[in-house]
Amino acid sequence: MREMPSTTNRIQTVLKTENVDIYYGDYRAVAGVNLEIPKNKVTALIGPSGCGKSTILRCFNRLNDLIQSFRLTGRITYLGQDLYARDVDPVKIRDEIGMVFQRPNPFPKTIYDNIVYGPRIQKDPSNFDEIVETSLRRAALWDEVKDKLQESGFSLSGGQQQRLCIARTIAAKPEVILMDEPCSALDPISTLKVEELIHELKEKYTIIIVTHNMQQATRVADYTAFFNAEPTPKGGKIGYLVEYDRTEVIFGSPNEQATKDYVSGKFG
Amino acid sequence: MASPQLNSNTDFGPRPEMEKTLDKGFIGLTQAFAIGIGLILVSIALVITIRAWPAISQFGLGFLFNSAWNPVTGREDFGALPVIYGTLVNSFLALLIAVPLGIGSAIFLSEDFIPLKIRTVLVFLVELLAAIPSVVYGLWGIFVMIPFLSSLHKIIPFFPVVRGPSMLVASVVLAIMILPIIIAISRDSLFALPPDLRQASLGLGATRWETIFRVLIPAAISGIVGGIMLALGRAMGETMAVTMLIGNSNRISPSLTQPANTIASLLANQFAEASGLQVSALMYAGLVLMILTLLVNILAEIIVNKIKAKYN
Amino acid sequence: MATLDFDEVTNSTINLKKEPNSSRSLFGLVMTGISALCLALTVIPLVLVIGYVLFKGGARLFQPGILTQLPPPPGLSGGGLANAILGTIMVVALATLIAVPIGVLAAVYLSEFSGGSQIARWVRFAVNVLSGVPSIIAGIFAFGLFVAPLIGSRGLFGFSAVAGAIALAVLMLPTIIRTTDEALQIVPQDIRWAALGIGAYNYQTVLKVVLPAAIPAILTGVTLAIARAAGETAPLIFTALFSNFWPKGIFEPVATLSVLVYNFAIVPFRPQQELAWAASLILVLLVLATSVAARMATRQR
Repeated sequence: MREMPSTTNRIQTVLKTENVDIYYGDYRAVAGVNLEIPKNKVTALIGPSGCGKSTILRCFNRLNDLIQSFRLTGRITYLGQDLYARDVDPVKIRDEIGMVFQRPNPFPKTIYDNIVYGPRIQKDPSNFDEIVETSLRRAALWDEVKDKLQESGFSLSGGQQQRLCIARTIAAKPEVILMDEPCSALDPISTLKVEELIHELKEKYTIIIVTHNMQQATRVADYTAFFNAEPTPKGGKIGYLVEYDRTEVIFGSPNEQATKDYVSGKFG
Repeated sequence: MASPQLNSNTDFGPRPEMEKTLDKGFIGLTQAFAIGIGLILVSIALVITIRAWPAISQFGLGFLFNSAWNPVTGREDFGALPVIYGTLVNSFLALLIAVPLGIGSAIFLSEDFIPLKIRTVLVFLVELLAAIPSVVYGLWGIFVMIPFLSSLHKIIPFFPVVRGPSMLVASVVLAIMILPIIIAISRDSLFALPPDLRQASLGLGATRWETIFRVLIPAAISGIVGGIMLALGRAMGETMAVTMLIGNSNRISPSLTQPANTIASLLANQFAEASGLQVSALMYAGLVLMILTLLVNILAEIIVNKIKAKYN
Repeated sequence: MATLDFDEVTNSTINLKKEPNSSRSLFGLVMTGISALCLALTVIPLVLVIGYVLFKGGARLFQPGILTQLPPPPGLSGGGLANAILGTIMVVALATLIAVPIGVLAAVYLSEFSGGSQIARWVRFAVNVLSGVPSIIAGIFAFGLFVAPLIGSRGLFGFSAVAGAIALAVLMLPTIIRTTDEALQIVPQDIRWAALGIGAYNYQTVLKVVLPAAIPAILTGVTLAIARAAGETAPLIFTALFSNFWPKGIFEPVATLSVLVYNFAIVPFRPQQELAWAASLILVLLVLATSVAARMATRQR
């Protein structure tokens, strides 16, 4: 981790969105997002499906660039730098901001090669064997696979594959880890293991997690942002941020009625 | 069975007992035709082997290593070595040219380097390449490719001097003809990959080309290799364009600018006027070609399955 | 809206800027260029082939008599492709008449009545192997069985249009079986259940309900197979041979456009070569038309 200027005990913003609107062509999908993501904490994005949570998440590492019609207005800054400035290279952003996907997606390579993929690309001069062990330990997978590093990533169970993907992301030494519903394809036991992992990981990384599961948010997140969607006159839906606060507030004493309704299960 | 009271326009035919027999008969007919396909395959092998038998019994396996080709009655001597050599060299040279070009084109057509509409047109154009008859490629090769290749040695240093129909010309045109197969199958293999793979790679900070080389191509390699083997099989059996461009000479020569022959072009050239033992010898050569293409197809299956097992 | 109070960091030194001269960027640029070059080298020959055929063939095709006259004697100009056009139509029509019923019914068996059995797998395997058989092998098969002398000194058909048609039919079968098989499998199961539900028998269901639903796709496949068969040469040069005269019947040799191109391409006389280009143009136009039609038909669905 790099040394960052910090004042004692004050929480720092790592990522900040200012009045971000997301368009696909002319269609505005998400409107007016204002968020500040705190360092070394877990921030959850929750809300009913279709309100733009994953879309927002993918703006942080510019994976939305892959969609031809995608457009963004407003500003997203990482440590003060505008991520969407003209002279910024998305590839470098992804060295800083990594991602774990909904379905485990290891490469068709050995476990070892999966993990050192990032370091190889970044031409990391550190010892690869050490990187592999450190990453697997941090992902709580080392003991289970330390004797079979040369086996295919696919030889693992679903939960193990997802932890492999987490280890792979960590090995690339990011500051921020984005998680897009990382447990939705896993069984309950694996889900618990990953949630424990998230608790440990936040000491070293900033985590933003999108989740459909409200209980998961209460278990892992320090801060929660609740999104909702409204039908537009043209027949589509537009997503927007309703409320963003400490998790206890969102679930205990939210300010907005919509938030109250959602967390008490009235819809979504 | 009472006739159903229906409100439909279809007439459901004659009475039940006859219907049952008709039904059985119909199913039996379709089954016969289906099995017939296998019978056709077997009869192809049989007919050719039977017709080749006089040559097989006279020359045995030595046929494969003999370079003579003498149809003069009383002194017949036939050997397929030059045409087996020619078939292999022709096909492999064509692959050497077509595989890099084909994979490169397939990559370019499967990424979004150019807008989708242009890509669709280009994909269609590549498909058209496959639909043009072989004989038209031959005609074009004679009047366009040969003069073009003949003039290349003036422009490109060290380029061999092409003086007419030869192995080089035939291989270049053959390469053009097998490109569509390689491109189509490589593209399909790349498209069959889950999009997650690409996203995972990009998410780890890889550039597009790093993703292509380190993740996508290795993941799609079994399909790509399968396509290459299919193209090899097609190349070995290709007849008309090769016949018109290869020069039809039964001599083995290390030089690519010399005329040569493949099994297919030998058959195309000599069959119509052959008689007696020569026909048998030609059939024997045809049998060899059939076995070669069969072997390539079987090999393709094995290699593809081995690669799939290694990666999955 | 947020009552959260974080400190914003604004002076970090992380470099996110693009570096167009880095080795990674340059590598990407060079590779894009190379792959674009590969595509260009693929498409250029196609454009050249079609271009030359259109140009040289067009110059000869639109002269009077091209569709109604016989080819001229070697070296002389004038004349036309009439017998070759007729011959191609004859041979291809015959081949289609043989291949379509066999192919469609075999596919019906595969898709409707065999249900994944061992037989079905062997048949599909046989179809795959058959599709890999070179066209010249189909030719020598037809020669060996129908042309060459069987008993005594007479072949079953001798050099004839029929023998050529049989060779072509063998080559058309895999395409017809595959496209019909796919077309039938796409027909929704509901239609079959509905027919069986009101008491129809198997053959009725297939003939009156399922097949009609699949006909557009089957037609597309058959049309493509026909276009390809029309361009085949190797199986015909020693079955149907060639003829400089009007077709005399299906048991006699016959001229075809594809064999004409082959014969006239290697003849040192200008007029014959021009006719070869003209015949090529007809074949290429046929292929172009069917490819475009097939593309549009599949897109509509």
